[in-house]
Amino acid sequence: MSLLQTRPALPSDDKRWKLVNATMRRNGYAGHALIETLHSVQEGFGYLDEPAMRFVAGSLDLPLSKVFGVATFYHLFMLKPKGRHACVVCTGTACYIKGADALLGAVKERFDVRPGETTEDDRLSVLTARCVGACGLAPAVVIDGDLAGKQTADKVLAKLETLA
Amino acid sequence: MNLDDLAEKAQEFRARSAAIKTEVRVCVAAACQASGSLPVLNALTKENEETSCKVKGVGCMGLCSAGPMVAIAEKEADIAHSVLYREVKPTDAPEVLASIGGPPVERLHCPTNQPFFARQQRIVRENSGLIDPDSFSGYVAVGGYQALIKALSEMSRGDVLRELTTSGLRGRGGGGYPTGLKWSTVAKMPADQKYVICNGDEGDPGAFMDRAVLESDPHRVLEGMVIAGYAIGANKGYVYVRAEYPLAVERMTTAIRKAKRSGFLGANIADTQFSFEVEIRLGAGAFVCGEETALMASIEGLRGQPRPRPPYPAEAGLWGYPTLINNVETFANIAPIIKHGGEWFAGIGTEKSKGTKVFALAGSISNIGLIEVPMGMSLREIIEEIGGGCPGGKAFKAVQTGGPSGGCIPAQHLDIAVDYDSLKTLGTMMGSGGMIVMDETCDMVDVARYFMEFCMTESCGKCIPCRTGTWQMHELLDRITKSTATQKDLTLLEELCEVVQATSLCGLGQSAPNPVLSTLRYFRDEYEAKLVSE
Repeated sequence: MSLLQTRPALPSDDKRWKLVNATMRRNGYAGHALIETLHSVQEGFGYLDEPAMRFVAGSLDLPLSKVFGVATFYHLFMLKPKGRHACVVCTGTACYIKGADALLGAVKERFDVRPGETTEDDRLSVLTARCVGACGLAPAVVIDGDLAGKQTADKVLAKLETLA
Repeated sequence: MNLDDLAEKAQEFRARSAAIKTEVRVCVAAACQASGSLPVLNALTKENEETSCKVKGVGCMGLCSAGPMVAIAEKEADIAHSVLYREVKPTDAPEVLASIGGPPVERLHCPTNQPFFARQQRIVRENSGLIDPDSFSGYVAVGGYQALIKALSEMSRGDVLRELTTSGLRGRGGGGYPTGLKWSTVAKMPADQKYVICNGDEGDPGAFMDRAVLESDPHRVLEGMVIAGYAIGANKGYVYVRAEYPLAVERMTTAIRKAKRSGFLGANIADTQFSFEVEIRLGAGAFVCGEETALMASIEGLRGQPRPRPPYPAEAGLWGYPTLINNVETFANIAPIIKHGGEWFAGIGTEKSKGTKVFALAGSISNIGLIEVPMGMSLREIIEEIGGGCPGGKAFKAVQTGGPSGGCIPAQHLDIAVDYDSLKTLGTMMGSGGMIVMDETCDMVDVARYFMEFCMTESCGKCIPCRTGTWQMHELLDRITKSTATQKDLTLLEELCEVVQATSLCGLGQSAPNPVLSTLRYFRDEYEAKLVSE
């Protein structure tokens, strides 16, 4: 078997595909680079759709079923696009004891969106995390990548209201 | 390179900052950053006009709930000998700087003679809060990489293994397996290729020790890994870190780059024949990947599903090659052991549990944060003195150790000495070091339900007892908390606990019933009070 296999062309000339490709190239297009590659797809595009998974499968010479299997196994990979903003509520033990449930309840009541869902206007996705390691600041939420500690329902809602 | 060359280098690094007498240290670890420490760092840097005073970002100082923390100290003085400020705001910068050499600002002062700071013994965290985690020269200046150079220039592989065995160090990830024995087993394997893996997939909710070590002193972990590579004959290592810890990943990446550039990593380390490469692998949010065989599957790019052992990773691990896999905190203990000798380490702690342990105190406790204490300290001392007890005058009810795999310890057992074996006798485990304190308002059945829900969603689905058992147990617990269950359901729950414990494939399933069994053992009345008659 030749080491030089034919690889699929980049799905489009979007620059982000070049970054994805660079990740695979750095790992010699080996199958074990799958998780690293999916990370770089998600970092660039926000989620993994079918064309992306087909492209990765073809490039790493893996069956699509395996790529899909890995993508669905790990909680961090998203198969649907996220809203413009993301609110991650930590549900680790410390946050749970200090009322993470109440935060989720308040967000659900105000925006009518459950964990894992996105509002109809694509404004907000609500997610949960199994401990973000900020137990000293429980309960903690991560809004658009920024960690905020010692939260109350009012504080979270006020912050979310300011997001467009 | 030998030890004298390294000492010269350290001297050179120290000389660069000879003019500096006082350091203003601002914690830039994740928790303090979340409380807003970066603007404080900027404000202090801008306000500082003294050339004899340096403002710098440092790793975790421990008291996370009081962040952002700022310490003013003589150069190289530790936290106990510094003036510590809590909850500092950018607008406090002029006042903080003006207090140098004078009396502390009363409003912000956080005394360091309180038990939280005074009762700790720092080995793993000795540089934490003192050095800039991104600075290679800073690590070398405080004696970093001395252990590696000592091992490479003065010790044989067998010497390193002997020191480690003498030290009595046990795995800090939870299992407590003797580290010297593990290393020796991998070292004995005849193979051309071996691997070293650092397990930084700290999945236990409520545990953040490894995060702080990686964010505060990444070079120390690297140094431990390189020494491991030398001792067992491996030349490739992986650091597996959770993707939920972006700052830890960033700091580790920087550390690897700088160590490589300075010749402490890569080909021909310190001009010897020994070469060692390290790569970072990101987790993707799966608790089960903390289990060693699942973690290796994940590094191989597969679903993180465990496989039966034996064969153990020491015989057939990553890609079938002998693999040494240790936790972050275990690797962080290696450099001091090599530097000061195994005997020194064995003098700390109890007969069977040597050294210190880092614990994460969280939940209903006054001083939330990270502590490092000698093994064998009583739980009462940790909770009541160091932790300051439950806030708001509430009564202590129980402390959960070992996360979803552990159990709770009620008030009547508070005087137990904390080490691997004594915790086991109470039906819980050391785990990686998370301690969640619960007060009288906490519903223990609900806590058990919470942990079962966690195990249910985190079960990888490979074996039936865990996949189906955790689901059924969660259903039963749910009914008990909603007061729709009968005595028969409780009996069924107990039976299921035994079955799942005995028949699951990996640690996740085997230990999933622990929180239920442990709360049943000490708080059965709370369960029974929720039952309805048939």
